Amino acid sequence: MGNTPRTLYEKIWDQHVVEQRDDGTCLLYIDRHLVHEVTSPQAFDALRLAGRQVRRPDLTLAVPDHNLPTTPRVAADGSRLPIEDAQSAAQLAALERNAPGFGIDYIDAVAPEQGIVHVVGPEQGFSLPGATIVCGDSHTAAHGGIGALAFGIGTSEVEHVLATQTLQLRRSKSMEVRVDGALGPGVTPKDLILHIIGVIGTAGGTGHVIEYRGEVFRKMSVEGRLTVCNMSIEGGARAGLIAPDDIVFDYLRGRPYAPRGDDWDRAVAWWRSLVTDDGAVFDKSVVIDAADIEPTVSWGTSPEDVVPVGGTVPEPASFADPSKQEAARKSLDYMGLEPGMRIEDIAVENVFIGSCTNSRIEDLRAAAQVLEGRTKALNVRWAIVVPGSGLVKRAAEAEGLDRIFTDAGFEWREPGCSACLAMNPDKVPPGERCASTSNRNFVGRQGPGARTHLVSPAMAAAAAVTGRLADVRKLPLAKRTVADH
Amino acid sequence: MKAVSTIEGRAIPLGLKNIDTDVIIPAHWLKTVSREGLGEGAFETIRATPGNPFDVEDFAQAPILIAGDNFGCGSSREHAAWAMLDMGLAAVIAPSFSDIFAGNAFKNGILAVELPQEHVDRLLEVAKEQPITIDLENQVVTTPFQDRFAFEIDPFRKRCLLEGLDEIGLTLGSESAITQHEQTRGGALPWLDKPQRREAA
Ligand code: SF4
Repeated sequence: MGNTPRTLYEKIWDQHVVEQRDDGTCLLYIDRHLVHEVTSPQAFDALRLAGRQVRRPDLTLAVPDHNLPTTPRVAADGSRLPIEDAQSAAQLAALERNAPGFGIDYIDAVAPEQGIVHVVGPEQGFSLPGATIVCGDSHTAAHGGIGALAFGIGTSEVEHVLATQTLQLRRSKSMEVRVDGALGPGVTPKDLILHIIGVIGTAGGTGHVIEYRGEVFRKMSVEGRLTVCNMSIEGGARAGLIAPDDIVFDYLRGRPYAPRGDDWDRAVAWWRSLVTDDGAVFDKSVVIDAADIEPTVSWGTSPEDVVPVGGTVPEPASFADPSKQEAARKSLDYMGLEPGMRIEDIAVENVFIGSCTNSRIEDLRAAAQVLEGRTKALNVRWAIVVPGSGLVKRAAEAEGLDRIFTDAGFEWREPGCSACLAMNPDKVPPGERCASTSNRNFVGRQGPGARTHLVSPAMAAAAAVTGRLADVRKLPLAKRTVADH
Repeated sequence: MKAVSTIEGRAIPLGLKNIDTDVIIPAHWLKTVSREGLGEGAFETIRATPGNPFDVEDFAQAPILIAGDNFGCGSSREHAAWAMLDMGLAAVIAPSFSDIFAGNAFKNGILAVELPQEHVDRLLEVAKEQPITIDLENQVVTTPFQDRFAFEIDPFRKRCLLEGLDEIGLTLGSESAITQHEQTRGGALPWLDKPQRREAA
């Protein structure tokens, strides 16, 4: 290694290699492990069966999110309300047993800190720059937004990390996505990442770790960075990273699990060294001009099926690849759309603001800014806001955002994954359309037969008030900008 | 893990690209706390459409699936691998796999065989009428028509599959190296090694 210039990814990787075998497989140390109810019960069971312990419960944090209903969780007398779905209840009860049983910190369903794992990790300062972070969930990539090497794992790997605090892995290739310039008005980090996935394709990052570089990311808030890195997996990359800087350090300072005192100073000094060296080589490089990006929406059933909001539904024959033509035909059939239709003519019956991609305070402010003084259109049957965590929810309430949402006809819910994957009762009915701030527009993702259009929070709000996919830039904003806090 | 060497039999010619794990097993099946019984929900939406290849009687209990590019993209749910195992699948052949799915498949003894698109196209053709053989030891896929397609596989994964090794058991063999890493790190980056929760400042 010595003086060879290295990428940020290589620096973090090298720092965590416990052992390297001749065949190139490495034993990689894992600094932080987040656990939720869906992908962990089989891992805990297997540990128990083999008579194994959790090696480092102190590096593990458990929180339920996927299954939890987002309706009130406590009754007027303060008692916990039961969960109706028996299977969900059993899965949640398993985590509630397993976490304390193995000595793991557990944030329970009614704790103020409860929320979506990928919102909770950074918010609690549990996720830190330069750390290796895993979770049995593919959107773990999100934590790359604070400069961590974070990636999703399967349940067998969850078990492996619980038992050994390591993983057997091979180093990925590195890919640079560079975006210079500035995002235009009404263009958000969500539009940026949708655009990037449109450019590289859903398999564009397979086998790679993406580092997002350039002016746009250096100026971006932590919330925005988390949004971008979150969707790296939608571009096929297991992880996405942005070099940590003062914006990240300011965000983390004083958070419950963040280092303090001397440790904080030493941490910051080390974090500052976590940058790609001049002269380091990426295996793949993509350059995008920020000025080319517009508010972006998805039209199909893959996150690469995106188009600027001012555009039209594409003609399947316009794709060069015959299998893509076939996939586009199938997508349009599922989505109930005709080629050539204007995106702005697509009516929506549902609006979902939430998910680990877009449920942080900045996201809620952006949506509320559009909704202030307005109400949802008559054809919008169901509009819901699901804050990413209890702390986000309280912060939003302190700013009065909840009132803006409810006055506009939105339901204001308890934190969780909700309609992002429709494991809990929050589902989009078959054949209906949803403008959603989540990350996947897969067939059936928001419920069997549901049709998802991925958008930014501001665009979701614009869809709610106009009743169709709409260009947020055409809606004048209220004078009191709630974003000014 | 059960040892795997040769897989032989009919192969379901699915062929579609970007089969995500939500398609392999939809979210409403994920509420289970066990690994068994997920075969019933495997490929639910595809199986609901008339004329899908899973319905063809010849392919009942077929051990191999042939798919398009980027198989297993999306969610990290290992339930996808469990569901495939439960429906009797032991191998998938595709031009490419998502990284997470490839890992999950391997951990469950499912062979994920990567072949170039033209070889996959040929196998899709053959599979309609004839069985296919995957020989892991020699890293080759063959058909009754003398087709021989060599494939690459990570040597570590190959060894684990052939010998049916328990990966956690293997890693625990490196216990002292792990402890040493923790000690070194505890000195250099103490806040990483000992997170302490305190009330927010
Ligand atoms: S919000 Fe959606 S994408 Fe994020 S962790 Fe939950 S289910 Fe996964």
